[in-house]
Amino acid sequence: MRIADAPPADRPERFATPVDAAEFGVVQKRLSTWERVRTFTPLRKAAILVVLAIVWELYGRRVNNPLLLPTFSATAQAFVEALVSGGLLGKVWTSIQILLVGYAAGTFLAAVLTTLATTTRIGNDLLETLTAMFNPLPAIALLPLALLWFGLNSLSLSFVLIHSVLWPVALNTHSGFVSVSPTLRMVGKNYGLRSLRYVALILIPAAFPSILTGLKVGWAFAWRTLIAAELVFGVSSGKGGLGWFILENKNTLDIANVFAGLLTVIIIGLVVENGVFRTIENRTIRRWGMATS
Amino acid sequence: MTPLLDVDGVTLQYKTRDHLVTATYRVGFQVFPAERFVVLGPSGCGKSTLLKAVGGYLTPVEGTIRLKGEVVTRPGPDRMMVFQEFDQLLPWKTVLDNVTFPLLVSGRASGRDAIERARTYIDKVNLNRCAEQYPHELSGGMKQRVAIARAMAMEPDVLLMDEPFAALDALTRRKMQEELLELWDETRFTMLFVTHSISEAIKVGSRILLLSPHPGQVTAELNSVPRDGAGDAARALEERIDALLFSAPKEVPLAHR
Repeated sequence: MRIADAPPADRPERFATPVDAAEFGVVQKRLSTWERVRTFTPLRKAAILVVLAIVWELYGRRVNNPLLLPTFSATAQAFVEALVSGGLLGKVWTSIQILLVGYAAGTFLAAVLTTLATTTRIGNDLLETLTAMFNPLPAIALLPLALLWFGLNSLSLSFVLIHSVLWPVALNTHSGFVSVSPTLRMVGKNYGLRSLRYVALILIPAAFPSILTGLKVGWAFAWRTLIAAELVFGVSSGKGGLGWFILENKNTLDIANVFAGLLTVIIIGLVVENGVFRTIENRTIRRWGMATS
Repeated sequence: MTPLLDVDGVTLQYKTRDHLVTATYRVGFQVFPAERFVVLGPSGCGKSTLLKAVGGYLTPVEGTIRLKGEVVTRPGPDRMMVFQEFDQLLPWKTVLDNVTFPLLVSGRASGRDAIERARTYIDKVNLNRCAEQYPHELSGGMKQRVAIARAMAMEPDVLLMDEPFAALDALTRRKMQEELLELWDETRFTMLFVTHSISEAIKVGSRILLLSPHPGQVTAELNSVPRDGAGDAARALEERIDALLFSAPKEVPLAHR
């Protein structure tokens, strides 16, 4: 198209009176059922789980070796049996109790450390040095030492759990605090808030997305550490947890039960991730518009 | 009459990574009760830094800032700030909670009293329909209204406004300026308002302090035109300020006023 030399000169002006919006209502179209099903995330995720289970079942049947890879149905059966009569629930409870104690203690220590780090400069240096030293150290590597110090009991487990929770939670919380916007900080100071009240009423909610990430990472680390630790020292512990259940069944070559134990770990992980943390997210950072996805 | 706010020979400096910057040099002015005092200057004249010093976030290296005779040493709820940034509201609180919260934590009001007072001021900025909404559901202009309501509900000695309308679109800005003046008609609060817009200074202010750039120094302190006056007076003042800000001082002597 040729570029015109000048805009058309003879265009008339025009005027119109807008119609009141109440007269035509809101123009909206309902999504079709298929569209709604496709956009419902839990359903899509459930579909993935079903496909994985089918693939597992088919491959398990082809391998046809229950000692190496029991099928999905055999695992499910073993899982139900262990739940009903094998004391799996009790073992899960033992694990979860220790897990919660370690998690709570680790989170509490992280809170103390980060509060110290935000209110004093030496605390900040302390936190940065300690996280740089200990965050890369796998918790399970401390287990031999813990056993030596505390003996074969739940105290040793709690010790390694605290180590696995403390550093990721402290690190994420601290980086969340640091990235709170200068404007919000000034607003908090403007209200006359100082020290602990300032941390509790301004910094913690403002940094909540990072704190939640830290809590999630800490939870996952704690789970891994606990199961691994139970595998190591369940041998001589009278009252074992889930890791002990896995090890025991491996020793008696009851591989379907080993898989059932692993499945339990996965299920608990899914429930906590999609139930607990997802609910907290929906009630906090999503409602506040602080989460992007 | 004693001034409410007395800024006397204030020099402000702040550090960047490798420089010590002097933001203002021996700036002095006095604000009296119910004045709408505007600090006007080009960007980089240290006017925002000056406001932050009045807010108590910054200590002058020279000179003093006195509020009701007391030297300002730290931030406090007797000087409420309204910032330019939209993220000044607490995102985890609803509009109502955002306005109520400072009343509660500063002990200015409690319980039902605080909520009632918050509602009154939310009503004043015409946001009673949005009281239960969260900040991320509001437009920029609405967020600034909440920030103004929040600051006014505290009934501070002086309201500190740091270019509160600068990030708004032109139409919303004009509307907000008018609303601010209506609020002033109702409650006669004292306000220290920082802006780089000459027309905004004339419209919003009753008295205008002009600062020179790099570092900020006082070049003039003028009276604004009456609000109901003709547009001609405002235009004349605008030209005078323009001349004062952008030409050498000797060309427009202060005796001219």
